Amino acid sequence: MNPLTTPTLPRAQRPTRRRPARRITAARIGIYAFLFIAALFFLAPLYVMVVTSLKPMDEIRQGLLFGLPQDITFEPWRVAWSEVCTGVSCEGIRTGFWNSVAIVVPSVIFPILIGAVNGYALSFWRSRSADWLFAMLLLGAFIPAQVMIYPLVKVLAAAHLFSSLPGIVVIHIIFSMPVMTLLFRNYYASLPQELFKAARVDGGGFWRIFFQLMLPMSTPIIIVGAIMQVTGVWNDYILGLVFAGRENLPMTVQLNNVINTTTGERLYNVNMAATIITSMVPLLVYFVSGRWFVRGIAAGAVKG
Amino acid sequence: MALTVLVGYLGTTLWSIRVSMSNSRTFPQYDFVGLQQYERLFDNERWLMSLQNLAIYGVLFLLACMVIGFLLAVFLDQKVRAEGALRTIFLYPYAMSFVATGLVWQWVLNPESGLQQAVRQMGFADFTFDWIVDQDKVIYTVVIAAVWQGAGLVMALMLAGLRGIDEDIWKAARIDGIPPWRVYISIVLPMMGPTVATVFILLFTGVVKVFDAVVSMTQGGPGTASDVPAKFIMDHLFGRANIALASAGSIVLLLIVIALVVPFMVARNRSAANRATA
Repeated sequence: MNPLTTPTLPRAQRPTRRRPARRITAARIGIYAFLFIAALFFLAPLYVMVVTSLKPMDEIRQGLLFGLPQDITFEPWRVAWSEVCTGVSCEGIRTGFWNSVAIVVPSVIFPILIGAVNGYALSFWRSRSADWLFAMLLLGAFIPAQVMIYPLVKVLAAAHLFSSLPGIVVIHIIFSMPVMTLLFRNYYASLPQELFKAARVDGGGFWRIFFQLMLPMSTPIIIVGAIMQVTGVWNDYILGLVFAGRENLPMTVQLNNVINTTTGERLYNVNMAATIITSMVPLLVYFVSGRWFVRGIAAGAVKG
Repeated sequence: MALTVLVGYLGTTLWSIRVSMSNSRTFPQYDFVGLQQYERLFDNERWLMSLQNLAIYGVLFLLACMVIGFLLAVFLDQKVRAEGALRTIFLYPYAMSFVATGLVWQWVLNPESGLQQAVRQMGFADFTFDWIVDQDKVIYTVVIAAVWQGAGLVMALMLAGLRGIDEDIWKAARIDGIPPWRVYISIVLPMMGPTVATVFILLFTGVVKVFDAVVSMTQGGPGTASDVPAKFIMDHLFGRANIALASAGSIVLLLIVIALVVPFMVARNRSAANRATA
């Protein structure tokens, strides 16, 4: 196993740290100074986004990027949500929001189910050809999307799925399969084989063992997978742009339309409000899930 | 089930290779013109420009992400207070989409109303930071945004790697009187080889795909100054109806990935195998 699959230990269990330290030395001041400046760099855009979204336009024109809003207004948020033009229509990015929700829900459920079945089959019903397939699948994860996009457009068009909700879901299933399979395979590989053997002796079949034994034991890894899928699919742009079709454009695509195709004066406050709203879901997932999020990254990192 | 995906992955790749050797325009054709499209591709200034941008972007992004991420991890590993909060701050951009990242930075770097203007109003009237509208520098702004988004990821993985290192090394180093920074560079970093390789692979696959960030931040402009291969391919697939040329471009991209990722994977697997307890 790669060391990365173990998440960073929670505070309490962390082994006692090295060096005695905690003297106030120049070195420690330096450490804090560095971390502080770095934190500023990482926080500044978020700060700018939030303040800008709360300012009226004439305040923005004064060019005080970092200034706090003089009189706070939530108008830009309302406009962004329900009035701003996203290319064809002017109903705000709420349509994109609901489109994204409609895409994300099945794109979380199906890839996880399929990943779980794949991982389960690979770990317990071993066969040489399956291992070989798996290796190929992992290599597939490295193929740039651009190589596959046009052929996939053709295939989906032939199946009458192009530019539809099922179509984009199928695409997300395909592109997420390597990581999801890997995630579940590694998880099941860490379970004792005896468990499986006992179930076999008791006469369990492929599906019965999967649904009654393996799936109930998989909660932690399902959570990790769900976090990865929600953030990944929500943040996707290129696949949604190509495959979802006009009716189902996800939020990221609409957001980009709002900002990069507006004519006339650019309403920066509305733009920033729209950007925040779009980023809200993954950020919320991130802040709530904390350690799990990192675990997902680490698991995704071992691909290959 | 995995089989269908193999058809999906393998089939589509083979199909793209086939199309890249044809004369297809709007619709795929199956005549055979050998490597003509590739010759055309490498005569195309926009493509060459986009490759050059990818190289600049790739090298700077990887370097900056690695260095900043590693430094953050090392500094966080010094028993600092509020480590959890700092970690959260460094990593949150990674939860944001490239589109959102690009848009935020577009706004911050906008010379008329962003950082430049803000600093000027603070009294530095000559302050200039207009890279985003400068043909020669625009690609660096994309690097800044991408590093902002990705450095936290490196930090998280490196930190996990640091925590996995044997504590005894520190005791030994202290007894020998080796300064900590030397230990990090000469002992710890080499020990983290597999982690570094993993991070590299992860970042690199992201580099080749870079598309969203450029589209949302600069739309490839000014002109085509910040064009990248992924955008070139998408434009030729859907905007300019030249799927043969686009396919050729995508295969070149695939070859670049193979050429750079495979050695790293081999190296990593070897060192992983060396450490007996897999």
